[in-house]
Amino acid sequence: MRGGSQAKWVVAAVAVALAATACSSSSDSSSGGSSDGAVNAQGVFSYQSAEPQRPLQPANAMENQGGRIVKQLFTGLVDYDPATGALRNQVADKIETTDSKTYTVTLKSGWTFHDGTPVTASSFVKSWNWSANPANNQINSDWFSDIVGYDAVHPDKDKGAPTAKEMSGLKVIDDTHFTIELSDTVSYFTYKLGYSAFFPLPEGFFSDPEGYGQKPVGNGPYKFVSWEHNKAITLAAYDKYTGTNKAKNGGIVFRAYTSPEAAYKDLMSDTLDVLDQVDSTDLPKYKDDLGKRAVDQAQGAIQNISFALYNAEWTDPAKAKVRQGLSMAIDRDTITKTVLNNSRQPADSFVAPGVMGYKAGTCGDACKYNPEKAKQLITEGGGVPGGKIGIIYNSDGGHKEWVDAVCNSIRQATGVECLGDPKPDFKTSRDIITKKAVPSMMRTGWVQDYPLNANFLRDVYGTGAAANDAGYSSAEFDKLSHEADAATSVEKTADLYQQAEAVLAKDMPAIPLWYYKTNSGYSKKVQNVKFNSFGDPVYTDVEVKK
Amino acid sequence: MGRFVARRLLQMIPVFLGTTALIFFMVHLLPGDPLAALWGDKAPDPVQLAALKHQQGLDQPLLQQYLSYMGNLLTGDFGTSLDGRPVLDKITDALPVTVRLALFAFAIEIVVGIAIGLFSGLRRGKLFDKGTLVLTLLLIAIPVPVLGFVVQTVFGQNLKWVTPTVQDSNDITQLVLPAVVLGSLSLAYVARLTRTSIAENIKADYVRTAVAKGLPRRKVIGTHLLRNSMIPVVTYLGTDLGNLMAGAIVTEGIFNVQGVGHALYQAINMKEGATVSGFVAFLVLVYLAAGLIVDLLYAVLDPRIRYA
Repeated sequence: MRGGSQAKWVVAAVAVALAATACSSSSDSSSGGSSDGAVNAQGVFSYQSAEPQRPLQPANAMENQGGRIVKQLFTGLVDYDPATGALRNQVADKIETTDSKTYTVTLKSGWTFHDGTPVTASSFVKSWNWSANPANNQINSDWFSDIVGYDAVHPDKDKGAPTAKEMSGLKVIDDTHFTIELSDTVSYFTYKLGYSAFFPLPEGFFSDPEGYGQKPVGNGPYKFVSWEHNKAITLAAYDKYTGTNKAKNGGIVFRAYTSPEAAYKDLMSDTLDVLDQVDSTDLPKYKDDLGKRAVDQAQGAIQNISFALYNAEWTDPAKAKVRQGLSMAIDRDTITKTVLNNSRQPADSFVAPGVMGYKAGTCGDACKYNPEKAKQLITEGGGVPGGKIGIIYNSDGGHKEWVDAVCNSIRQATGVECLGDPKPDFKTSRDIITKKAVPSMMRTGWVQDYPLNANFLRDVYGTGAAANDAGYSSAEFDKLSHEADAATSVEKTADLYQQAEAVLAKDMPAIPLWYYKTNSGYSKKVQNVKFNSFGDPVYTDVEVKK
Repeated sequence: MGRFVARRLLQMIPVFLGTTALIFFMVHLLPGDPLAALWGDKAPDPVQLAALKHQQGLDQPLLQQYLSYMGNLLTGDFGTSLDGRPVLDKITDALPVTVRLALFAFAIEIVVGIAIGLFSGLRRGKLFDKGTLVLTLLLIAIPVPVLGFVVQTVFGQNLKWVTPTVQDSNDITQLVLPAVVLGSLSLAYVARLTRTSIAENIKADYVRTAVAKGLPRRKVIGTHLLRNSMIPVVTYLGTDLGNLMAGAIVTEGIFNVQGVGHALYQAINMKEGATVSGFVAFLVLVYLAAGLIVDLLYAVLDPRIRYA
């Protein structure tokens, strides 16, 4: 029969298709036991994550996913106390300075990398020199710009090729001592040293940076076990760890999720142990679902809307009143309670709470809802340029709801026409903002690099700062922040920066809206889950139940 | 027959080249700079940004980029994605997962869909037939995300028969729920198409002849009626296989399946021309292969159709 012979072709074609898909890989699945409340020190727990965007190298860890893993694999000279945000020594025994310009670092002995080699002064110096070199493609290579000799390693774009591979400001004295010389006084440089770009690297790294980026060897509380792409990154507790934050569990599995809703479902069935952040759909009910296992805590991050001050119509000093008026027209309390489901806390200053130097109410009346005063100030300042504002934001970040709410609030309180101006995704909106092509306003945000108010002020509002999206430039602010940097102690620096913050409240280059919160939860299999101000759980303290 | 297949295979080459070129240039037209976005809310360090661009070859003219991409493709090098992984690794990770999921869903919709369609087509107007019409209407009306969440909550969270999401995308037993959800919409269409086709053909002359010459009922239905009624169903199934592969993104998101849909979404988001082109090229091949198989199946089902 004719059909019979033709069927052979179909069977052959289907067989080829099936064979092409037959390549499979098997893998083990581990499941933790659960019963009586006792703690299993060897127990492993899982955490909601996603595939890191960059290799796992210290100065490459800018985004969250890779960043929080790198922070577990490495420990720097100092870190921040998860409860208070205070600075504490880790690998450093002491860091001394008399002039806030030259720092002498003394290391503790006995620290080792996971491959057994000791952590020495040159582990730090070599790591920083390597990371600062633009040829090594580290996203955070400009974190070393305070150090003398950085210009020779990492010259500005129009200054030609690098002339050195080592920063002259870093000098190794012996295995446990080295000095750092800065080109200008920075009283809080020790705070910066807790940032991941300043982690040490083992000798082996420099011969194979790419390989170590896939299989990192660090000196942190956890050592690297495996990276199954798009599935999980597994870390195990490092038993020879000598730092103060030794792991109280056996390890972490950073499990990749395609959507936060899926992770929430897994948490509800105890398949996932610790959540990163509750998705917006489940936000209204997660406290009922999880009870005592729900986490609701402040985070060192702020949401602003900034003005495009580089546009001529905003440069008139009288417009500061208009900006203050617009800020007063926003009903922060109602919006955070309704639209944002209490996942944010209304802002009353330019610095997030829990950060050293935070002072409640520095924004003053300008951050309090007052429609009458708002209208009055806007009229006094000569009205909003063009009679309307648009807020540029990225529509892939869940911002639409609150931007619309903010605009509604402004419109109802003052009659100023306000519209959200969505761009399809983060990179598109960033492109417009970086090119300084925003017509009137834009969504901006800041997540702390280190818990000190300088980070929220100088790095965002200083003239020419990398995150100064508003194009704000105030001689008064710059002068005060320069004085603060030259102060003799971190406490004085924080005080002086509060004075600089007062200038912001007057000029209002950006409107502080609210602070981020960590809305998360954990499964019945784990306990003692606390979050730090970076929004990360204190992984080392998590206890897995037996 | 052999020549027909060979000709169709040769036709795939220009289609393949055309689609990869189109996709490559379209990705380039997407707004935004993914490398600058690596800096988040900070302005990128211009020195480092330029160095990264150079490393990724993005500082060259677009045509040059495309030519070197195609040149590398000939040697089997699909390029490197922004996170430093070879694109081919990403494809070989994600593709088997999606193919398995799609074939699983495909099998469900064929077996269940045709069985239901056949049964209700033979008993047109009876209770079972009416039930089928209502049920399939429901399946067509319910959006996939809703069905996904309901199934996930009932079987994963409340009954605890399975974990709510897929823990290991390579384990086919865990793909049952997503496959059912993914296949449900097409299942409804297949059932309805089969039912209509059967109900129509059962009145045809050749069926009456077959019954009249005394063939057993099983044979009348199996050899004559069903086979002749399959042509519209097979046409639908052919295009559906491609849709299942590329369109599984919603289902993959709900059930945390790390397949092509998710990988493609991320690559588009990161504006990675090489990765997107690579994935799309494979999907195009799947579409073309499915189309070829459908055409060949016509000849099997209806002996009057021949290919030379």
